[in-house]
Amino acid sequence: MASNTLTLGREPENQPEIDVSKIVSINRVSFKDKLKSYAKKPFSMAIMLLVMLAALITAGAVVWILLHTLLQGVPHLSLKMFSWTWTRENLSIMPALINTLVIAGLALVIAVPIGVFAAIFMVEYAKSTNIFVKIVRMAAETLSGIPSIVYGIFGNIFFVAMFGYCLLSGVFTVTLMILPLIMRTTEESLLAVPDSFREGSYALGAGKLRTIFVIILPSAMSGIISGIILGLGRIVGETAALIFTAGSPVNAAHASGLFSSGCTLSVFLYSLMSEGEHVHEAWATAVVLILLVVIINGLAEFVGNKLKKEY
Amino acid sequence: MTEEVLEEKGVGRQSRIVPKEVIMKVVFIVAAAVFILAVITICVFIFVQAFPALKEIGLFKFLFGDEWYPTDESNPRFGIAPMIVGSVYITGGALIIGVPIGFLTAVFMARYCPKPVYKVMKPITNILAGIPSIVYGYFGLMVIVPFVRETFGGDGMSILTASIVLGIMILPTIISVSENAIRAVPKSYYEGAIALGATKERAIFRTEVPAAKSGIVTSIILGLGRVIGETMAVVMICGNQARFPDEITDGVRTMTANIVLEMSYADTGSLHEGALIATAAVLFVFILIITALVALIRKKSK
Repeated sequence: MASNTLTLGREPENQPEIDVSKIVSINRVSFKDKLKSYAKKPFSMAIMLLVMLAALITAGAVVWILLHTLLQGVPHLSLKMFSWTWTRENLSIMPALINTLVIAGLALVIAVPIGVFAAIFMVEYAKSTNIFVKIVRMAAETLSGIPSIVYGIFGNIFFVAMFGYCLLSGVFTVTLMILPLIMRTTEESLLAVPDSFREGSYALGAGKLRTIFVIILPSAMSGIISGIILGLGRIVGETAALIFTAGSPVNAAHASGLFSSGCTLSVFLYSLMSEGEHVHEAWATAVVLILLVVIINGLAEFVGNKLKKEY
Repeated sequence: MTEEVLEEKGVGRQSRIVPKEVIMKVVFIVAAAVFILAVITICVFIFVQAFPALKEIGLFKFLFGDEWYPTDESNPRFGIAPMIVGSVYITGGALIIGVPIGFLTAVFMARYCPKPVYKVMKPITNILAGIPSIVYGYFGLMVIVPFVRETFGGDGMSILTASIVLGIMILPTIISVSENAIRAVPKSYYEGAIALGATKERAIFRTEVPAAKSGIVTSIILGLGRVIGETMAVVMICGNQARFPDEITDGVRTMTANIVLEMSYADTGSLHEGALIATAAVLFVFILIITALVALIRKKSK
């Protein structure tokens, strides 16, 4: 008020009092108005209800699957499931878990450099009109569309023919599977780095290589890491590509070496299911598998969102 | 400054060849070439290994033969027509269930959802995408199979069961791709429709959805690709009988299930194994067609 008096030189009493509660904005629709308009247009209302119903079904399906699995599985989780050696009594998932981590780790070690380097080529070196780039992009899209069972068959007639049924054959097979995922996420995060970073780096006299490794890759790191974690999640959940490459010996007491066959967690679950005798243990394994994947994917999202810098 | 000095200070470096730069550029190109090499190797190996079996059985007999008795001693027969039909039925069923729900949920996520609800819904659909297919299979086997058996009769392992489970599985694909497509439509479309007196539903479904059509179609085709290649979820719940079904409560066998079920006991180098690899080749051709379709739509919409 004081400033008003100063600047406008007007007495406060002269101002007409405005009752704020009586202001009605004309574009505002209350809930009642909405109901009224829906009553006039029953077809619109039907569509709206269908949309809500669909969203409810989706949410319901997720909650149903998760809750059911947790309720069936969690009571049967026990420490003996995680004992070091597998026996017919404890049905330990530990060997399978270790196999899974070994396969996932090695596959990432191979796939990450290839995927990241390919993405660097696609974004930093090549022009998008280049025919080679178009073919690479088509190849990546084809790779990401190939079903895992076809990867499994390919691994069987290619890698298994070379190395036999062993973890290594499995590693190479899933490496091929996650390559397109790693490349796509890396490409996206490289593209998100603003051009001014590159220009600034060149202006300071850095070469292209230096610019890429010192400026661009660190700036794109969060996206790349989240892509890597997504790849990890995909490998952990993979079954069909591994049965015919890494093999499925459930009765192995210990985690296997690289050159002997071993089953991963999801293959282990598959064999429990096929036997049909260990319902409880299968549910418990499913819980472990779901938790693992959900945590991994959550981590990917967290890394992607929280570490992301806004430019 | 003279030109020599400039050169000494590294100005105009582009003209000078730095070995490190060149080597790394070659490394990057090789990494990109790995993708092409991988696709070619996969294609060549699968088709070359499938060829002898296809030649022995006959392509026509293989694709359209309706009898699958691979281990019959005197007269083994390899016809995958029932499997192709099974895959098509289950894919169709999953799309009938998954597409309407997924599409409408995408509309909800893009245009109806208040922010706090969105913050819950988005992770929920992401979780759906992350659940391993083997877990879907187990859930289907333990929950949906008994449900279908009690509600619709039959033994529960059927086209219907597989369609329900796969319909749920493709939801995240359809939701996320369609949602992005709808969100990419300029806001002015919606505002224009509202200004002309359309209801919210009319504005969304008559102006925004047609504008987002190519993205929505892409999402459906991607879902189709996922269903037709799905293996572990299907093999537990589709019944696996290699015959033509009469009803949706009958069991069928898909191409993927055929491979998983028999690959482990087919003798190495036998015609049986060749026929299974040929099944994978047929599946691969389906997927190549789908990938080409997606690329075509993307090109057209640009």
